[in-house]
Amino acid sequence: MSRPDSLPNAVRDTFRRDQVFSPLRSGVRPVQPGELDARGKYILYMEEITVSFDGFKALNDLTLYIEPGELRCIIGPNGAGKSTMMDVITGKTRPDHGTCYFGQTLDLTRLSETDIATAGIGRKFQKPTVFPEHTALENLELAMAGPKGPWQALLAPITGEQRDWMASTLDTVGLLAERDRPAGALSHGQKQWLEIAMVLMQKPRLLLVDEPIAGMTRQEVERTGELLQSLAGEHSVMVVEHDMEFIRSIANTVTVLHQGSVLAEGRMQDVQNDAKVIEVYLGENVES
Amino acid sequence: MRHSDLKTALTDRAAKVFIGVLFSAVILVALLNLLVPVDSALHVSSYTVTLLGKYLCYALLALALDLVWGFGGILSLGHGAFFALGGYAMGMYLMRQIGDRGVYGNPNLPDFMVFLNWKELPWYWQASDHFGLTLLLVGLAPGLLAFVFGWLAFRSRVTGVYLSIITQALTYALMLAFFRNEFGFGGNNGLTDFKDILGFSLQADSTRVALLIATALALAGAFVLCRWITGSRLGRVTLAVRDGESRARFLGYRTEHYKLWIFTLSAVLAGIAGALYVPQVGIINPGEFSPLNSIELVVWVAVGGRATLYGAVIGAILVNYGKTVFTGVMPEAWLFALGGLFVAVTVFLPQGLVGLASDLLKRKRRTPPTAPQTTNKESPHEPA
Repeated sequence: MSRPDSLPNAVRDTFRRDQVFSPLRSGVRPVQPGELDARGKYILYMEEITVSFDGFKALNDLTLYIEPGELRCIIGPNGAGKSTMMDVITGKTRPDHGTCYFGQTLDLTRLSETDIATAGIGRKFQKPTVFPEHTALENLELAMAGPKGPWQALLAPITGEQRDWMASTLDTVGLLAERDRPAGALSHGQKQWLEIAMVLMQKPRLLLVDEPIAGMTRQEVERTGELLQSLAGEHSVMVVEHDMEFIRSIANTVTVLHQGSVLAEGRMQDVQNDAKVIEVYLGENVES
Repeated sequence: MRHSDLKTALTDRAAKVFIGVLFSAVILVALLNLLVPVDSALHVSSYTVTLLGKYLCYALLALALDLVWGFGGILSLGHGAFFALGGYAMGMYLMRQIGDRGVYGNPNLPDFMVFLNWKELPWYWQASDHFGLTLLLVGLAPGLLAFVFGWLAFRSRVTGVYLSIITQALTYALMLAFFRNEFGFGGNNGLTDFKDILGFSLQADSTRVALLIATALALAGAFVLCRWITGSRLGRVTLAVRDGESRARFLGYRTEHYKLWIFTLSAVLAGIAGALYVPQVGIINPGEFSPLNSIELVVWVAVGGRATLYGAVIGAILVNYGKTVFTGVMPEAWLFALGGLFVAVTVFLPQGLVGLASDLLKRKRRTPPTAPQTTNKESPHEPA
C-alpha cells in the first residue's frame, strides 16, 4: 500500500485493455498473471503474423482465430507455412511482426516455450517424439501437468489419483496393455497415440496436432479420427494433415494456407469448391 | 515405474550387493593390514591400503561423472577441476595442521608463504584452520563454481561438443591460475609435506586404514544417493532431457534447471572425492587440473559402462589397476594403451564392460531350447 509505485500501477491497471472497469465486474475472479483467460469469443488470436527467413516469407500477414472447443483442420501444400505457424504458437519461432494471443491476456510472442506449454498449449509433433527409453507409462508421467521443478520431482511421490489418471489416459488411446514397454519398441501408430496421450496429460486447452495419421494403417486412421473428434469440445484442436480423405471425415471447419497466408476458410464442401483452392492445392487430388 | 525414496534406494538389490562387496573388500584389507604381522604372507602392505583408497576416490569421481554424463548427457571434460578444488580445500587444512613443524618453523604461515615473503595469511585461508569449515569448503568451492558455470552455460543453451570444450577450457584456466605463486596456493609445488589430520599422524597405518574406510563410506553413501536420484522422477526427467531436450522443454520442464541441479551435485561429489584423495596421497598440485586427468576420467566411465553407476565404479578401479601395473612394466606406453582402450571401447563396446556382461547374460539365458517361449519377452527393443 505504501509503496511509492502503487498509485501509477493502479492507474495503469485501470486502463489495461483487458481490465477496463474491472472493479465493476463483481463476482468474477480476476485472472492471475500467466493464467489463461478464455472468456472471449476465441481462444487463439493470430493477427497479421509475418515470419521471414533470409527474405523468404514463411508466414505472410497470417490472420487466424480459433474458438474454444473447436476442431479445426489446417491444410496447404508443402511450404505453405503450416509448421511455422505451429512454431509461432508454441514460442519456438518469434514473428517479425503481428500479434499472437492465447486467451485475452497471454502474449505468445513474448512467453517462453515452457511457459506456453504450462499455460495450456500442447503440441504433437509431426515425427513422433516420445522418449524411447522410458516406458509408455513413464512417458505419460513426464508429460503430466503439475509442478515441474527438480526438487518437486525428487521429493513429491506420484499420488494414487495421478496413477489412475495416467492409466485412464493410456486406456483412452488404447495403450494400457503396453504400459510397461519401452516407448521405442512401440509401433509407429502406437507412438503417435502415445504422443497424443502425452499431450493430453498436460491438460491443454489447445491441442496442436501435426500430421497425426502418417504411417498408420486404415483401422488406426479411423480410431485416430474418432479420438480427435472426441477430444474436441473439451479442448480446442488444430490438426495439420495432408490426407484429404481423413480431413473430409473429421473436419467441420477447414483453413487452407498458401504461401504463408490464409487462402480460404470455411466448411469442407465450400472450401473444396473454391476456385482458388482447387487451383493451388486440391486440384491435383480432385483429378487423381 | 517406481518412485524410489531413500529407504528403497538403501534396500534394493543393487545397493545391497554394491555395499556388501565394497565393505567386504575394505574390511578384509584393513584387517590383513592391521592384525596380520608384517612378515606373514597374508599381510597387506600400507602401500596397498593407500592404493585401494586412491582407487576408491577415483571410483567416487567416476560415479560423479556418470551422473552428469550417463544420466544427464552432459559430457564434462573438466570434472578433474572439481576434484582438484575439493583436494585443495582439504590440502589447505592439512597445511594449517603442520603449524610450526614446517621447514621455516613459522607457526602462522605455511612454508611457501614464508618463502614468498608474505606477512600474513590471505583471507581465503582463514576457514582452513577449522575442520568443520574445511568440510564445508570441500563441497562449497566446487559446488559454487559448477553452479555459476552451469547457470551461464545451460541458460545460454550451450550443449554437446561446445559444452565439452568449455569445460576443458575451465579446468585448463584453473590449472594456469593455480600454477601462479601469487594465487596463494603454493604455485608449481602445490601443497604437500602434510603431517596429520585431526591430530592423527598421516603416516600411521591406523590413520591410513581409517581414511580408506572413510572413502568407502563416502562412496557407498554417494552410490545410494545417486540410486535414489536416478530412480526418482527427477532421474527420469534428467534422462528425458538427455534423450530429447527440446521435447522436454515443450512438456513444460525448465531443462536448464535440471542440468544445473545434477551438474552441481556431481561437482560436489567430485570435490568430496578430491578431499579424500589428498590426505591419502599426501600432495595436491596444479597438475590435478590438467585436462588429461579429466579425459582419463571419461575413459574410466566409458570402459565401465555409462548410466549404470556401478559400471563407472568398476571402470575406474579396473583402468587404474591396469595403469598401476602398466606404468610399472612399460611406463612410456601407458598413454598409447589408454588411447587404444578408449578407441576400442567406443567402437566395440559402446555400453562398456557392464553392457557386454549383461549382453552375454541375456544370450546365455536365451540359448537353452527348453524355454523358447521367453524369447519374445527377452527382446522388447526390436521394433515391432
